[in-house]
Amino acid sequence: MTSVQLAQASNGAIYAAMITLAIAMVAFAVSFAVGRRRPVAMATAVSVSVDEPAAGTTAVLTRPADEPVTQDPGRRSANVGMSLTWLAFILLLIGVVLRGVWAGRVPWGNMYEFSITAALAVLAVFLGMSTRRDLRWLGLFVVIAVELTLGLAVTVLYTEAAQLVPALKSYWLIIHVSAAIICSGAFTIAAATAALSILRIRAERKAVDGQVTGWLARVPSGEKLELMTQRIIAFTFPLWTFAVVAGAIWAENAWGRYWGWDPKETWAFITWVVFAAYLHARSTQGWRGTRASLIVIAGWLAFMINYFGVNFLASSLHSYAGVS
Amino acid sequence: MSNVTSEPADDTSATRIDPGESLPPLGTVGLLRWLWRQLTSMRTALILLFLLALASIPGTILPQRGINPIKVNQWLSDNPTVGPILDRLGFFDVFGSPWFSAVYLLLFISLIGCVIPRVRVHWRAMTAPPPSAPRNLLRMQYPTQLATHSSADEVLNAATSSLRGWRIRREGDSWISAERGYLRETGNLVFHLALIVVLVGIAIGGLFGWKGNVIVREGSGFSDQLTQYDAWGGGRLVNPDSLPPFSFTLSKFTVDFERAVAQRGAPRVFQADVSYRVSPTSASQVARIEVNEPLQIDGVKVFLVGHGYAPHVIVRDRTGTVVFDDTVVFLPQDGNFTSTGVIKVPDATPSLGFNGIFLPTAAIDQVRGPHSLFPAPDDPALFLGAFTGDLGMDTGTPQSVYRLDTKNMTRIGLEPLRVGQEWTLPKGAGTVAFVGIDRWASFQIAYDPGKELALIAVGLAILGLVLSLLIRRRRIWVKVLPTDGAGSLVQVAGLAKADPGRLPDEVARVIRAISPETTQNDPVPSKENS
Repeated sequence: MTSVQLAQASNGAIYAAMITLAIAMVAFAVSFAVGRRRPVAMATAVSVSVDEPAAGTTAVLTRPADEPVTQDPGRRSANVGMSLTWLAFILLLIGVVLRGVWAGRVPWGNMYEFSITAALAVLAVFLGMSTRRDLRWLGLFVVIAVELTLGLAVTVLYTEAAQLVPALKSYWLIIHVSAAIICSGAFTIAAATAALSILRIRAERKAVDGQVTGWLARVPSGEKLELMTQRIIAFTFPLWTFAVVAGAIWAENAWGRYWGWDPKETWAFITWVVFAAYLHARSTQGWRGTRASLIVIAGWLAFMINYFGVNFLASSLHSYAGVS
Repeated sequence: MSNVTSEPADDTSATRIDPGESLPPLGTVGLLRWLWRQLTSMRTALILLFLLALASIPGTILPQRGINPIKVNQWLSDNPTVGPILDRLGFFDVFGSPWFSAVYLLLFISLIGCVIPRVRVHWRAMTAPPPSAPRNLLRMQYPTQLATHSSADEVLNAATSSLRGWRIRREGDSWISAERGYLRETGNLVFHLALIVVLVGIAIGGLFGWKGNVIVREGSGFSDQLTQYDAWGGGRLVNPDSLPPFSFTLSKFTVDFERAVAQRGAPRVFQADVSYRVSPTSASQVARIEVNEPLQIDGVKVFLVGHGYAPHVIVRDRTGTVVFDDTVVFLPQDGNFTSTGVIKVPDATPSLGFNGIFLPTAAIDQVRGPHSLFPAPDDPALFLGAFTGDLGMDTGTPQSVYRLDTKNMTRIGLEPLRVGQEWTLPKGAGTVAFVGIDRWASFQIAYDPGKELALIAVGLAILGLVLSLLIRRRRIWVKVLPTDGAGSLVQVAGLAKADPGRLPDEVARVIRAISPETTQNDPVPSKENS
């Protein structure tokens, strides 16, 4: 394929992914809007008397007898959303790989490429997690986040593929940036579950007879959401630590110092400290619930400020946006 | 951070005591103990972490001296009222300011005060047998009660063999208590202790390390002495007179820029070819320094950090004698390398001085004046403004080589020059010839003896973090209750803090091992609905 064809194919695949995601978004939205408004969370369909899905395989534990057997329109719609999300993931994967082929290197040399790869990472983390548990209730929020990221990428951040500036020519680009990209996906999903847990817990508190109604009835209990958030952060925090350290090693190799309080480094540090605070909050009286969830959202905001704010506003050694 | 302080007394409690009346005065020791307990509490650690995050933010919004001192001065002159106040409060050197240091030092004191006692506690827990089984297992998590045909001994043996990797304590034929996941706390402690070592590594680098910057023109050399640096800074315990005696010469500098429309002008290649000697007596070696590939000499690293143009100029005085023949470093002002520089010719009578603008690809317009369109020397031009008079170099005060003090000088003319052109100065002051273009490269030369320690510690910290976040400490108990007939009545239960992880699976495995023949079990609903 010629360079022009590669470019067209990559962009075409990404646009196709965006259209697919838009339809998936509608499907997920419909799943919240229609169907039984009974307080049966979709997640209970596979969950068992103990919250661990893996426990469902053991003999001692029984499935709830009232498990819904018939498919309600909401669930069917959510299934359509999941299938479309898988399709979008494949299309986006093609788009990102072709972009890499076009540029002749890893596809994260500027903000456009970083954004499309990060969008791919969010979908990968979400779909990966969904193979082990029912996450249809989370689909809408993930798809919205990915669609916004891609929308921003193709409109504001778009640049033609080009070679790397010498500062980025290092195998650390692959190690440091890929770790950061996976973190961006996981942090985003953790922020979504944290936000949902805050809403859900408020609804649980307000619920008259302990039964949450409305769309929040379709998401798992606040406690489960909080546990899920904690597990995602427990996985991501060491990876983020590694990403920062890998960046420091690279900085030492490129600029002669491993830490210089450059705005990018400082916001990475702030993100790290905020998530460290979250982990401490989870084992501190009076901080466990909604407050801890708010810290996760704050940490995600710090991450986003680092990504968008520092690339565009601050004069930083890390200004590789490639956007003129 | 285990010593979570007791919750404040319940206000509605009838037995609430007024501390002012009934409690004995704390005294100094008591007060200190109270303060220590406050400082090492998890809540304080949490607040200090928030403060650390908040205190870092101004360092990313305001310009910082350590990164860009010129911008700080610009900011100060733009904000004459707020600027000096913020300056006095350390806002332009946030990460060296007393308040930032106070936050992280308190955090580390809190960390030490919290981790050290926990090391002792954890050591004791690891060496002691697991605690005995609770009286009523059915109050624990995942409780199950079942009847088997096996004897108590068989039941406990089967349970023991299914709990491979667990620490097990057995009490005769009545119960076993099993525990695992000690590595969680080990990892937690390793992580926190490693952070202290990271700080030590940073401190060693700060005290014994140094770094300097130097600009070297093609064909010129550098030897590692304080006087040769353009800027140098070292820790308190560095002797700047005994730097490692290496030297190097920049033989050739290669640079290439993107010419395609996308990212036009972005750098593509930087290469500095140098020849170096470890000491004046050792043999000369050659090396190539690139952006991500520093040169390492004697524990010192030489990094390529920037580059620019050095026009070659020959100045003759009114008699035709050459009074200046050298390349001059011009500093780039924008991405297309519009560069400015100064030529001082004190040997001419009267002295000559030139303010210059060098343009690798020259253009000129009404708004921007002379400027460069592309960073490569496709169409180079040198604009020189000539001055005669007193350069002010005899006063003894050191002068910047990038600045011409025109206070006591008169401007005699302005001329654009192409390579090979010569300009006959007005008033018979002599001639200036623009004979060629060389390049220069700027190097950062750094020595940090603490970085290896910091790296090892940070590796340990990540390892500890993974252990402490992914491993879960949990317990399983198996109890055999006395029965009248043959067989046994067995209770099994577990306990995990916060996140049960795989504990339900593990409890189920124990049950299967005890009673493989029973398919119909008698699960007691869990008290914990989480």
